[in-house]
Amino acid sequence: MTPRILAAVAVRVLTQLRRDRRTLVMLLVVPCLLITLTWWMFLDTADGSGDVFDRIGPGLLAIFPFTVMFLVTSVTTLRERSSGTLERLLALPTGKLDFLLGYAVAFGLVAAVQAALAVGVSVELLDLQVVGPLWLLGVVAVADAVLGTALGLFVSAFARTEFQAVQFMPVVVVPQILLCGLIVPRDDLPAALGAVSDVLPLSYATDAMQHLTLTSATAQVWQDVAVVLAYAGAGLALGAVTLRRRTA
Amino acid sequence: MARARRRPGPDDGGVGAGQVVVEVRGLVVVRGGRRVLDGLDLDLGPGVTGLLGPSGCGKTTLLRALVGVQRVVGGTVRVDGHDAGSRMLRDRIGYVTQSASVYDDLTVAENVRFFARVLGLGDDDVDSVVGRVDLEALRDRVVSRLSGGERSRASLAVALLGAPDLLVLDEPTVGLDPVLRRELWGLFHRLADAGATVVVSSHVMDEAERCDRLLLMRDGEILADGSPDEVKRSVGAATVEAAFLSLVEGRRP
Repeated sequence: MTPRILAAVAVRVLTQLRRDRRTLVMLLVVPCLLITLTWWMFLDTADGSGDVFDRIGPGLLAIFPFTVMFLVTSVTTLRERSSGTLERLLALPTGKLDFLLGYAVAFGLVAAVQAALAVGVSVELLDLQVVGPLWLLGVVAVADAVLGTALGLFVSAFARTEFQAVQFMPVVVVPQILLCGLIVPRDDLPAALGAVSDVLPLSYATDAMQHLTLTSATAQVWQDVAVVLAYAGAGLALGAVTLRRRTA
Repeated sequence: MARARRRPGPDDGGVGAGQVVVEVRGLVVVRGGRRVLDGLDLDLGPGVTGLLGPSGCGKTTLLRALVGVQRVVGGTVRVDGHDAGSRMLRDRIGYVTQSASVYDDLTVAENVRFFARVLGLGDDDVDSVVGRVDLEALRDRVVSRLSGGERSRASLAVALLGAPDLLVLDEPTVGLDPVLRRELWGLFHRLADAGATVVVSSHVMDEAERCDRLLLMRDGEILADGSPDEVKRSVGAATVEAAFLSLVEGRRP
């Protein structure tokens, strides 16, 4: 691994994003709008906005960094594979880790900004109750985004076109959203689904966010973050296997 | 034998180039169930070697094997005594793929600067290679808004970074106007004069005359190998195209 090359990859990815205004808006603004939409949906329900949004809000903060980064990374790295730039990079002194971590760092930074905005909107404007430290919400969001980036990198190896890459969304992401505790609390899931939920990484990110809204004790949160990061590490390792210097 | 990548001189292709010798022995490559190369032997040395043949004859596969990005079934490719693609060769080889391998959403300068950072080179080197491919005026234009020829020159600029000892160029002159084509061939020769080994593929036979050494390829085999004059003389043909035809027809049973 060469820090110089890793940094070059990260700066280059961020430069590309800066040029692509629409993607930038999708990364930063759309999550805030969707969270606001959800808050609004529950405004007139029986017990007013408070309770339901307090239960669902943390889950949303976990879902957006993951989903959005998964989508953006899988398409960007697919483009890199098919345009020949990846082949060129790997023919140069680029290590696989330089490439993978360069992406992870770049999208991790974007995720930090995204989390700051989403948490700011949720807490300041929409009155989401958070007992734990706010900065830790940001840490969870960044870990979660790196997870999305790692899985996106991995699945991009199995798509030949951008159209195919997008199709991994319903397969990889939607089940995790359904089972992460957002819709039905994880404890109330049927046993079999609860077991599935226990091995899906997004569940841990959602748990971490929920802990933070309920208690100021952070030990459990760090444990959840560790699980999310372990999955992200595994995803990056699998991604490294799919990066081949020599191709057919 | 770690050799630092050379800094390009002001006008030439670089100074003090390492004389890189490429040795291909019994190279077998299978793509999509087809033996594209079947036991190919080849030696390459300094100078401009042109690899000419029709589309699908195995030119790209051979070039990819030289760079070390082609999965091979058998045989060896050694560059300066090292297996192609090995770590110590990676900053000594410039490679231009057939499609311009640059980022569409970055400017010319941003692309070149990125690859320069990867190689540990500075902004002087960026300016130098952008000048060599004559893209100064377009350096701040996003690549997606360039013409095909301009894009391939941007890609070539990246390959020239750090004056590599071995330059592998897959059809670098496709779609360029004749003046620019002549200039680029002039550049290839300047790089070769400074000691670099330059391998250029083309499917345009009239480019053959510009090479020091000519390899005519068809169906994964080298039909002829020599200077353009030698190749023509060997079959008594007036042009390289005629020589190619006569070689192909001479082989028919």
